[in-house]
Amino acid sequence: MRKIKKIKTIKDLEQSIQSQIQARKSEKKSVLTVSAGTCGQARGSLKVIKSLEKAIKEQNLEDKVKIKVTGCHGFCEAEPNIIVQPVNIFYQKVQPKDAKDITSETIINNKVIDQLLFTDLATGKKVSNENNIPFYKKQKRIILGDNTLIDPTDMDDYLSIGGYRSLVKALSDMTQEEIIETVKQSGLRGRGGAGFPTGYKWEFARKTKSDTKYIICNADEGDPGAYMDRSLLEGNPHRVLEGMIIGAFAIGAGEGYIYARDEYPLAVEHISLAISKAEEMGLLGKNILGTDFDFEVQIVKGAGAFVCGEETALIASVEGRVGEPRQRPPFPAVKGLWGKPTNINNVETWANIPLIIEKGAEWFSRIGTNGSKGTKIFSLVGKINNTGLVEVPMGITLREIIFDIGGGIPGGKDFKAVQTGGPSGGCIPKEMLDLPVDYESLAKVGSIMGSGGMIVMDENTCMVDVAKFFLNFLRDESCGKCISCREGTQRMWEIVTDITEGKGKKGDLEFLEALAKATRDASMCGLGQTAANPVLSTIRHFKDEYEAHIKDKKCPAGVCKELIQYSIIAENCTGCLACIKPCPQDAITGELKKVHVLDQSKCIKCGACYEACNFDAIKIE
Amino acid sequence: MITLKINGLEVKTEEGQTILDVAKFYGLEIPTLCYNEGLSRYGGCRLCLVEIGEEPKTKLVSSCTYPAEEGLVVRTDTKRVIEARKMMIELMLSVAPGSKIIQDLASKFGVKQVRFKIRNEECILCGLCVRMCAEQMDGRAIGFQNRGYKRKISTPFDTRSEECRLCGGCIYVCPACQLRCQGPDADTAVCNACLTMDPTCLDFHDELQCWMYDVGRCGTCIREKTEESNNKKRTQKSKQKEKNA
Amino acid sequence: MEAEELKVKSYITKYNNEKKALISILQEVQEEYNYLPQEVLKIVSKALGIPLIDIIGVATFYRAFSLEPRGKHLITVCLGTACHVRGGPKILEEFERKLNIDAGETSKDGQFSLETVACLGCCAIGPVVVIDGDYHAQITIRKVGSILKKHFKKE
Repeated sequence: MRKIKKIKTIKDLEQSIQSQIQARKSEKKSVLTVSAGTCGQARGSLKVIKSLEKAIKEQNLEDKVKIKVTGCHGFCEAEPNIIVQPVNIFYQKVQPKDAKDITSETIINNKVIDQLLFTDLATGKKVSNENNIPFYKKQKRIILGDNTLIDPTDMDDYLSIGGYRSLVKALSDMTQEEIIETVKQSGLRGRGGAGFPTGYKWEFARKTKSDTKYIICNADEGDPGAYMDRSLLEGNPHRVLEGMIIGAFAIGAGEGYIYARDEYPLAVEHISLAISKAEEMGLLGKNILGTDFDFEVQIVKGAGAFVCGEETALIASVEGRVGEPRQRPPFPAVKGLWGKPTNINNVETWANIPLIIEKGAEWFSRIGTNGSKGTKIFSLVGKINNTGLVEVPMGITLREIIFDIGGGIPGGKDFKAVQTGGPSGGCIPKEMLDLPVDYESLAKVGSIMGSGGMIVMDENTCMVDVAKFFLNFLRDESCGKCISCREGTQRMWEIVTDITEGKGKKGDLEFLEALAKATRDASMCGLGQTAANPVLSTIRHFKDEYEAHIKDKKCPAGVCKELIQYSIIAENCTGCLACIKPCPQDAITGELKKVHVLDQSKCIKCGACYEACNFDAIKIE
Repeated sequence: MITLKINGLEVKTEEGQTILDVAKFYGLEIPTLCYNEGLSRYGGCRLCLVEIGEEPKTKLVSSCTYPAEEGLVVRTDTKRVIEARKMMIELMLSVAPGSKIIQDLASKFGVKQVRFKIRNEECILCGLCVRMCAEQMDGRAIGFQNRGYKRKISTPFDTRSEECRLCGGCIYVCPACQLRCQGPDADTAVCNACLTMDPTCLDFHDELQCWMYDVGRCGTCIREKTEESNNKKRTQKSKQKEKNA
Repeated sequence: MEAEELKVKSYITKYNNEKKALISILQEVQEEYNYLPQEVLKIVSKALGIPLIDIIGVATFYRAFSLEPRGKHLITVCLGTACHVRGGPKILEEFERKLNIDAGETSKDGQFSLETVACLGCCAIGPVVVIDGDYHAQITIRKVGSILKKHFKKE
């Protein structure tokens, strides 16, 4: 192991960065970057790495090639994927058995392996260069792009792409006021939900007089369906840390906390490593880089409560208490952690800071729309071909994200809606696909930007069921303090559940709307105030689906169990027996090559036969 | 001194006061339930909602927790406030229909029906008992447990707490178990009797079940009945007259 | 119990007996015992000087804690939005049928606990199931049986 040399001055750091950049430039070896975030690992990337290591050893390629284990590359559909650098060949869905081919063909013979390449669905052609894949083409990956370049456990690797250069700039060339002014000018708004202008938030915290101030990085990514914060912490933890150090310097905070989600073990591991490395190198601690600026960072692991995404609840949780929000004002910028001024930003917001400092407010504000600047990372998931994390400039339309980047809906199904903003957001219908994605436009149609979850739904998704899903989530995640939120979400859930079970009656929708509005108006914190959005937006855009459940007692999407029936279409059934074995109730009987029969009295509507049938012979209606 | 506006009236107060404090000082009525002068502010029942700010950017806040701020514009009885408040009362009634205090609130604010399934939990989690125990009795016997719809108030492990001194403070402040509504069973869950001076016995009890049996009848039922029959006679007469005419 | 007490106290001293570390301390206890035993909570209460009722409030508020013993094996089915629209609830039902317990319960022999989670952040590969820390991607109803067999063939 190399001996650790503490970086003592700003100049030292500048030199280290320069030498690492040089080292990267003069790298002679080919690099195999393997994505190994949590989902990459779930898809077996660790096994791929092992067999690659073995192959390299067997073929004595140690001086020709090296493996770099990186965080998530964003294109989760193609995991595990490997980018061969510097030639930029993108191999997708790599299996351990492919390792030998990659080393012997691509590394030794400079040949591209066709069957590992991505196929463009539109043209049917194979694409070898990462940048030509449609999934990446329309993106603007100013934040997420670095995930493919660096080993997140290696600080030198971060330096080699110019990391911590912004810290040098901030500490040597800028005053605290100038930093805040730059962030204000950039137009950056909070990426965690409500979209409050970051620079103004910093200014409030800076202006409050106090000896002690804190900053917090909110990494309690609670929105189901959003995981960009996990990906950033796993894949580029130093960048988040750099943003925090700059923020602490500008605000005058001496201590920082990272409130990390309990369900993200790998993210916690990587950010912990980054913190201890930064401490060793002297980027955290007392008299950072020879200045009189002291700053320390601690990790606090959340214990699983969605409401802790709310600032005052998060503070209570960091203090070791129950995560109950409290009345604001006083705002955390005046009275926060331990009663001291506190500034809280989300992971993605912090990750934007180094970029803004390095390239300037003007550069940043050229990206995006009038009210929403910069890029936003979305997790494009659900019923979509190219699932993954996408980073796009604000103002891009939903259609571009879902169809150009996402590649549309699988199985030739029809697009029905996209849900944005998590449990506080809403569902946006087909007619609004050309809506530009920015804070204001989303709010206008009854949804919010939120932390960036984008769940695509097709014709087989029941919107009443979706509303029920979110209400079920919220009634459990509400802290339960305000009766409006506790009972409001519970009662809305009861009414919607009745509707999905065929017990809906005339007047239910009007009552639901009145209750939803009261819940929104009367609740103290953001959770309750937005808890009605999933209900209000689905009623607004999909009223006919509610009415089908209430009046006709039918679920058009074929989801709500009480309102559907499975049956066998005789013309399509080939008598292959495939559906008989999976049925847990022995409800299907039949012989080979004869049409099978489903006994309705035994059927529990589990869907196993539907999944097993290869001939579309099972009908749901 | 801070100057703010409540219902168009310019009022002055000192820093550290809540909107509710100011309103009370000036004699403006705001209904409360989880508020108690001797206990810390909680803001859980949402009855004391007021609308703050100026159109179009107004919002509802609980006046018992929201601090009086310079230049704040407050309105205590807007349509939005009244609608939200009525829904809160309906929600409370649906879980604690036996509370006289909540039934009285329902009568006062015109809540005429409960459209939710009745749950008879007889607790609206207002937290008065928890604060009473901790803040006035210096005991820590009860507290909130769980979250969301599973939230409840109980002792550790739901058994008799070692810290409980049986002082009864918790029962004393409870709006649900101290005063019981003698009203109807939770069929419609709205009693509406005390404030309208309509004894509930009229529709629901016969003479033998009259709860004033020991102290002598109040006589309302008899009066009501005569009046009712008089009314009937009157309308019949007038109808007859119409016919004749 | 004395040895136990020492062990618990070691967690507490690790965090300098600080009240603010309550959640972290409970996390360690949960990891060690797989649940929060009543006796241990009483020890923590005394050592930190936090009323027992407040500790119970915290222990029941957060999802990571359990006051009942959890099974030897933990099966977590993700029911996040993305997993939901891809059929997560049906997967959960299949686990419930196969293990003969409901979500949130532990089997009578103490072998399995079946839990749900609101999102694991692996939305792209849903529906996701985690068994004793191993992630399983794109689960179908048919795969449930084979996964259980693969994991627990030794027992």
